[in-house]
Amino acid sequence: MQGKTLILGVIGADVHAVGNKILYHAFRQAGFEVVNLGVMVSQEEFIEAAIETAASVIIVASLYGHGELDCRGMREKCQEAGLADILLYVGGNIVVGKQPFEEVEQRFSEMGFDRVFPPGTLPDAVINALEEDLQP
Amino acid sequence: MSLVLLIDFGSTYTKVTAVDRKARALLGTAAAYTTVATDINEGLEKALADLQAMLPATVDLKNIQRFACSSAAGGLRMVTSGLVPALTAEAARLASLGAGAKVVKVFSYELTEEDIEEIDSLRPDIFLLTGGTDGGNKACSLHNAAMLARCKSEFPILIAGNRSCAKECEALLAGREIYRCENVMPRMNQLNIEPVQNKIREIFLHKIIRAKGLSQARELISGILMPTPAALMAAMELLAKGTASQEGLGDLMAVDLGGATTDVYSMAQGLPQSEDTVMKGLPEPYAKRTVEGDIGMRYSAGGILAAAGADKLAALSGLSPGEVEELVEYVTSHTDVLPQSPESDPRLGPLDFALAAAAVETAVTRHAGSLEQIYTPMGLSYIQTGKDLRDIKQLVATGGAIIHTENTAAIINRALYSRDNPFSLKPKKVNVFIDRRYILAAMGLLADKDPDCALAIMREELEFHGA
Repeated sequence: MQGKTLILGVIGADVHAVGNKILYHAFRQAGFEVVNLGVMVSQEEFIEAAIETAASVIIVASLYGHGELDCRGMREKCQEAGLADILLYVGGNIVVGKQPFEEVEQRFSEMGFDRVFPPGTLPDAVINALEEDLQP
Repeated sequence: MSLVLLIDFGSTYTKVTAVDRKARALLGTAAAYTTVATDINEGLEKALADLQAMLPATVDLKNIQRFACSSAAGGLRMVTSGLVPALTAEAARLASLGAGAKVVKVFSYELTEEDIEEIDSLRPDIFLLTGGTDGGNKACSLHNAAMLARCKSEFPILIAGNRSCAKECEALLAGREIYRCENVMPRMNQLNIEPVQNKIREIFLHKIIRAKGLSQARELISGILMPTPAALMAAMELLAKGTASQEGLGDLMAVDLGGATTDVYSMAQGLPQSEDTVMKGLPEPYAKRTVEGDIGMRYSAGGILAAAGADKLAALSGLSPGEVEELVEYVTSHTDVLPQSPESDPRLGPLDFALAAAAVETAVTRHAGSLEQIYTPMGLSYIQTGKDLRDIKQLVATGGAIIHTENTAAIINRALYSRDNPFSLKPKKVNVFIDRRYILAAMGLLADKDPDCALAIMREELEFHGA
């Protein structure tokens, strides 16, 4: 996956920084060009970074339970910004409380996310997904 | 004696400053009206004659080294384009301002037919084409290069975008005067403004001086020509940082309050002060310049009224809101009126005080960063955009309206950090220094050649005006 650019960040008012750093190093090691926007990233920042860097994927992390609110409308904004085909991934503790993951995945898929990862996902699972989705 | 003559071709005045480098002393200053319409040398010769008359006969200004900067004939007018407004377009704007340019228009995303017509009518001195990080978006730069190729007017185009397509951009613009340098934002959120600024200065030196009829003066001048704001920037950076043998003042801010615009400079990193603050937006350059085109004491007095409101100006001046509005209209159409002259309306003094205080406040507020409170499930956090300048301790004031008054410190103090607007990160308490003899641009020119001499003179000449 040499040369593919991905945008990474923790969305909304979430300040969980540790997982973000781990993902950054894991993706870099896997050969990706990683633009890490850190914590407290807005939808607009993800999208603007993707435009300037011609990124292939936006990976949204959320740990504090409010991810669903924060991610609403993101696919539509990508479409508006000329990024209709960009891959959107999301993962972490993305909803309030404990909910069956199938339902969560369903809801985020309907919101336009291409991959939804449950709590406790290891970086390798995401890297495998990226390699699969970014096949030429 | 090792004499140097420093010349600033301003839009209104040509100012000359003679310096004795060995003694690190200012010998004298003089000014005359800039004569760009006829021959720029006329004004220069007049100023030089005045200066010569002030100096002892042993000092001969004829055959000494001369350095000059210029903001005459409209200054260095630039148009820039980038991709995302908050990213490459902003980086291009910041770089141009820092190089001393007057940025007349910033475009983002793809240029349209109408934009090309507008660029043709704006006739910039330089067009800066950016867009995309290195290896990132190419489509925007390529589209814009192809559009620019259709411009009817001729102007130098500086390409400083995604390096992956710089060569293709050059090909699209073949036949035009093109320059190329490193990307102004090579990686996401990483500013790289110096190469752009150096190139702008080079183009300014070689091309623009000639185009603006300033070249007649050139043969008389030994070296460096830069836009006046770039000279001011160099002076402020030297004053802040110091040299190997002389300490500087440390982080500082400078305000240049003019008749048409207000420039603000800050020499500071301005990073967040506490751990619960997250920094957002493009990183800020240590040496930053902003220009408020709608804020000025005469031509742009209406802009101050619009920004501050009649009630605020009334409260600052002690006049009624009606009087304020009437007088603002008067000074906008009588731009050379001065409160000091005896035949002037006595209300002009208080009005100018209010205008100056509101102008400096507006310009400094726009220059400084701001905080936004965010309530997160983990507690209260802050997002900072721009520089945190609350700890700046030194402020240099220049520009007619702010130096020809007894009230400089009072004007500045009204413009600083206030509890009414606690999230605007303006300086809290500063020592005010006044550029009483307009030497800053001259010292910026000298900084290139002899920084120790320039710094020593600034420290001597800048007048401490209270805290």
